[in-house]
Amino acid sequence: MDDALLDKLEILADAAKYDASCASSGAKRRTGGPDGIGSTTGAGICHAYTPDGRCVSLLKILLTNYCLFDCAYCINRRSSNVRRARFSVDEVVRLTLGFYKRNCIEGLFLSSGIIRSPDHTMEQLMLVARTLRRDHGFAGYIHLKTIPEASPWLIEQAGLWADRLSINLELASDRSLKEFAPEKDGTAIKAVMGQVGERITEAKEEKRRFSPAGQSTQMIVGADASTDLSVLETSDTLYRRYGLRRVYYSAFSPIPEASSALPAKPPPLQRENRLYQADWLLRYYGFTVEEIAAGGEGGMLDLGIDPKLAWALKNRERFPVDVNSADREMLLRVPGLGARAVDKIVEARRHTTLRLEDVARLSSGLKRARAFLIAADHHPGGLTDRADLRQRLVAPPKQLSLF
Amino acid sequence: MHRVDLKDGADLDGFRRALRGLVALGVEPGEVVWSVGATPSLFGDDATLPADAPPVSLPRPVGALIENVVCHRDPERYALLHRLVWRVLRGERDMLDHHADPLVHRLALLDKAVRRDLHKMHAFLRFHEVRDPDGTERYVAWFEPDHFIVEATAPFFVERFESLVWTILTPVGSLHWDRRSLTVGPAALRPEGLDRDDRFAEGWQRYYESTFNPARVNPTAMRAEMPRKYWANLPEAAAIPAMIRSAPARVQAMIEAEAAAPRRRNPDKAVAAMARQEPVTLAELNRIILAADPLVPGATQAVPGEGPEGAAIAIVGEQPGDQEDLEGRPFVGPAGQLLTRALEEAGIERSAAYLTNAVKHFKFVARGKRRLHQSPTAGEVKHYRWWLMKELSFVRPRLVVTLGATAALALTGRSVVGPAGTRADGVRRLGKASSPSTRPTCCACRPARGRKQAYRDFVADLRRAREGGGRGGLTASTGMIEYSMRSSHDRDRTS
Repeated sequence: MDDALLDKLEILADAAKYDASCASSGAKRRTGGPDGIGSTTGAGICHAYTPDGRCVSLLKILLTNYCLFDCAYCINRRSSNVRRARFSVDEVVRLTLGFYKRNCIEGLFLSSGIIRSPDHTMEQLMLVARTLRRDHGFAGYIHLKTIPEASPWLIEQAGLWADRLSINLELASDRSLKEFAPEKDGTAIKAVMGQVGERITEAKEEKRRFSPAGQSTQMIVGADASTDLSVLETSDTLYRRYGLRRVYYSAFSPIPEASSALPAKPPPLQRENRLYQADWLLRYYGFTVEEIAAGGEGGMLDLGIDPKLAWALKNRERFPVDVNSADREMLLRVPGLGARAVDKIVEARRHTTLRLEDVARLSSGLKRARAFLIAADHHPGGLTDRADLRQRLVAPPKQLSLF
Repeated sequence: MHRVDLKDGADLDGFRRALRGLVALGVEPGEVVWSVGATPSLFGDDATLPADAPPVSLPRPVGALIENVVCHRDPERYALLHRLVWRVLRGERDMLDHHADPLVHRLALLDKAVRRDLHKMHAFLRFHEVRDPDGTERYVAWFEPDHFIVEATAPFFVERFESLVWTILTPVGSLHWDRRSLTVGPAALRPEGLDRDDRFAEGWQRYYESTFNPARVNPTAMRAEMPRKYWANLPEAAAIPAMIRSAPARVQAMIEAEAAAPRRRNPDKAVAAMARQEPVTLAELNRIILAADPLVPGATQAVPGEGPEGAAIAIVGEQPGDQEDLEGRPFVGPAGQLLTRALEEAGIERSAAYLTNAVKHFKFVARGKRRLHQSPTAGEVKHYRWWLMKELSFVRPRLVVTLGATAALALTGRSVVGPAGTRADGVRRLGKASSPSTRPTCCACRPARGRKQAYRDFVADLRRAREGGGRGGLTASTGMIEYSMRSSHDRDRTS
């Protein structure tokens, strides 16, 4: 690896870091064997964490940050004065293998600016994956960004080599997309999601390999005027209609070379966190978008408390619930109880009548849960309905935004 | 009182042996003293246990828990496990489901700690490349796990790096893999100068610094997942303090810097050119098809269509066969010869028709030297459908004759024709869409008497196609329906 390649790596890693996706999970168990290299375990591994608290699992780089598109929120838009660089297919392959052999990464997450044409770009991305798999027997994880404007056959060929495909929706509404990303087209993006979703389902049924870890997307939060409600409604549609594995939320953060079209002040990072919590409630806790949104005000989530607690505080007539008899669905709605704790409670109460100290062994969120729970030796009494319950449960607000 | 002496570290074998003996004698947990790494007792109490006691049958989750927990450093681990086994064997077989039980809870914590340690070793161990004098690539790592997990991590590293020669050194044992066999070695000392002259190590550090976003600095979240104790062995961690220190200033600079006008030249031309990416000729499309990989591995090459653009009739087969795969031309094998003969008899010049296949690659299973044709799946057909539609949009035939179910599926996007017999239904459902006929090979593979009739029907189908389609003239066995390329293609684009 020479100095020139190191410089490119620096530029193209910097250019790729605004994509929040990092998962290396969901692939089938697979090994490269005596002639190949690598394995996937199904669960994914985070090989390091940077001081922003995010994990480093895949080598996340762009093939190039030259780009013909002009999306206001993106540091690599054509009108930005950022330093540019471009990898060759072979250079990406060498970097991936070199880092992989040192156990620094689970695999590659490759995206790219649009150069020459969407088809040309998509083909280069596909070639990297193909070279790794076919010429080097690489069995690690490959996540490819699909270019929705590329021809369908190219996107589908990428799915033959990749573990996961993703297409970033970027903004929740078509109108915002038109305003901030003139070359993108929300309808076309969703059409490609539909196409990829269909191919993934077919391949599963026919036991073929096609993007076995599914597809994901990302939405930027806080660059446009979209409310949390509309973001979550979009996510809900994506999960149900296109079978997406994950929707990532990326709080718009200040970038060098920012466009003047963007808001001057970034949104609090806490908003991103609340959206992830809401996303979980949507997927694993049986909540609807309307219920989640009702916990906040005016379509925005409450930044001070998590959305489950917010919902519970506004629906106190449904509490307290008896930990020894309530059904799973209702236990999942108790603030402080996670899905795993609930499963343990349901198993454990077949053997014994649970007391508060038993629940404490099963869940680390008892401090919040006790106001909403009845156990063999515990009843919250009037606590559930106290006007100052919120203050009692929440530590004094900390300055969460850095600004 | 029984005393059991076990080896240092995770002595799974010793524990299993002792457990069998204790169970055989029915020894209660309170009557055992577990000692680890001590010199064998002068009193030799453990000699009281039978050496050849039978295996103990335990539920699978209990066995898995034992394997993990023996790796823990807690000196009480063996006694706790013995208590667990004692209760499991005395009627509490589902005991592990009783998550709130204090013993189960305590063991679950030990289990969790070991699993976390395993996971962190898989994650945070870094190999360094060491070149042997003879130039062989060798990889060496130093890691300090919390528990006795070195052997337990071996399967992961062997699986992942089976093709490399590597050594893992730790204070509690070492592993060496020579591409064939694994050697478990003694504890080691931290080796010096591992990351000397490794440009990749330097590259990794640069990558780590670049992928960090100073606008989101959150060291608490980082430390929760990557506690300080691991930093010493992570080369990239050396940069962490400076990264945190400089973050606020970097963000301030970003906010203060005003949006600058683009310095680059006007990209309008390139932006306009970007949209012109679709192949605009059949030759261009064929170049794309030829360069593509088959969906199922094995095919020698893609087989594009053949014939003049503007041909009145296009004939779509299923997929190339063995011979077509080798020659790279459609309909040159036995089925192709049959088709050529039938075309001739129907009065269609082969060279005037456009011949192609729904799927462009040969799919087969190898049986000795023979390659046996395998039908493509519905999903595979759809992968190739884009190309077929594009191809036909260039040829613009008046009529498309589909040979067999696959071709009909490709053209209509729906499964319409089963084996001969259900065809008429298919045609009725289809309405004005395409013209399914039989596959030439199907004519050839029928019993002698039926074969002749099938061939005659096939020729009759083709003749009707030549005469301009058979709207209203459907036979029970085949149908000819005009296929309007333009409307179908447009529909395809917008759907």
